[in-house]
Amino acid sequence: MKNNFTVSAAPHLHNKESTAKIMWAVVLSLVPSGIAGVWIFGRGALWVIILGVAAAVITEGVLQLLTKRKLTIFDGSAILTGLLLAYNLPPKVPFWLPIIGSFFAIAIGKQVFGGLGQNIFNPALVGRVFLVASWPKYMTTFTQALNYDALTSATPLAALREGKILENISYLDLFLGKRGGCIGEVCILALLLGAIFLLIRGYISWHIPVTYIATVGIFTYIFGAKALFSGDWLFHILSGGLILGAFFMATDYVTSPLTYKGQIIFAIGCGVLTAVIRLWGGYPEGVSYAILMMNAATPIIDRHTKHRIYGTK
Amino acid sequence: MKKYFAEFTKGIIKENPTFVLALGLCPTLAVSVSLSNGIGMGIAATFVLLGSNIIIAMLKDFIPDRIRIPCFIVVIATFVTITEMMMKAYSPALDRALGIYVPLIVVNCIVLGRAEAYAQKSSVLNSFFDGLGMGAGFTLALLLISGIREFLGAGKIFGHTVFKAFEPAFVLGMPSGALLVIGLLLGFFNLLKHRKT
Repeated sequence: MKNNFTVSAAPHLHNKESTAKIMWAVVLSLVPSGIAGVWIFGRGALWVIILGVAAAVITEGVLQLLTKRKLTIFDGSAILTGLLLAYNLPPKVPFWLPIIGSFFAIAIGKQVFGGLGQNIFNPALVGRVFLVASWPKYMTTFTQALNYDALTSATPLAALREGKILENISYLDLFLGKRGGCIGEVCILALLLGAIFLLIRGYISWHIPVTYIATVGIFTYIFGAKALFSGDWLFHILSGGLILGAFFMATDYVTSPLTYKGQIIFAIGCGVLTAVIRLWGGYPEGVSYAILMMNAATPIIDRHTKHRIYGTK
Repeated sequence: MKKYFAEFTKGIIKENPTFVLALGLCPTLAVSVSLSNGIGMGIAATFVLLGSNIIIAMLKDFIPDRIRIPCFIVVIATFVTITEMMMKAYSPALDRALGIYVPLIVVNCIVLGRAEAYAQKSSVLNSFFDGLGMGAGFTLALLLISGIREFLGAGKIFGHTVFKAFEPAFVLGMPSGALLVIGLLLGFFNLLKHRKT
């Protein structure tokens, strides 16, 4: 006899949410940042985004057909991975870079582990880190904002690393995105719009992003300058990929801890690692490595922050 | 003759030391950066394997069971020392490229594994073909891995650039690239095996 009853513990909830609906909502919340990126860096950025998304969807479809699994290219998760990967690329990369990045993100970052829900690491970040390690020349060449003639410029964090003084860039410029950087990370205003939408709808909770950003702020305030307790914490929060990473990538359901307590531990870890890499590491930016390292620690965090089951010790 | 041929071929496909037995992965990960390194390592390991298999099969009746591992290691270390001195004398460039991994053949688990699992219970001739087959399997696996890594990671084959326009992915030349390539190849060969059965 086929068992039609699912027996589970209370509370029993039923609503219309599904994986596909949440994924599409996250994709929607990322649209403002994409528009801002294209406006800031020109039409080339739009091509990078389109190629990244298309390659991710095609890779997922082809691999699922080859392995004879259920086709899930319309649940939005592959589109989200491609979109996040493209947002993590500089605007003037050769056309094949987002394609290879998306292929790697989906094939190695996700499908090798068994598809959505099985991956240990955030697929988009796996793709980005692969590209950074393979073609550093393209991944560290950034163009000036609002200047479509493709003049190269350093990101504020890279300039800081080289010891240049950042006089001509204000906090407002950083907030609105008038700086060199990756396509989707520059306009903080647009990212916050999307993040507020997700928070109001309850698709993400405040625990990871707020703790993550606060940890980076406190850490860089204490250790960011030669003297203790005098670092430029607001600069560190507004530059680099911190806002994009904290709201849209560290909060990935699959690769972050399940309980709020675990999520706060996860986010503190991300924040400390990001600040350590930025201040003393080999790279100017550390958000992607920090999140990937804490992804690896997620199973152990989950094991130690489990809720006590009623009736057990 | 057919029996010996079977002893030889089992090391190449059915019991390939790298892809089926998953032995000797440490030198495989470390030296498979270029094809010339892969061939050098493969031949050095095959020579040691052949020598130790023959000698251990000859001495099997004289080695006391309780101290067999130290005895095997003495035999293996002798052949490794011969290999290292030969390599230093005749191809110093290869010796520099392989570095510490030549003396480390002493602890290569393929060599000790074959001595323990095969040579100490088999005849000299069988052990000879077993060593040859295992060595050939190890060399072929190294060639496959280092070929992929050298071509995709540096854009070269045997040190010569193939396509000018091709931009290699540096990560495959790094240690993480070795893990990636070996993992994917292991998965691929497991898939083939499952398809067959």
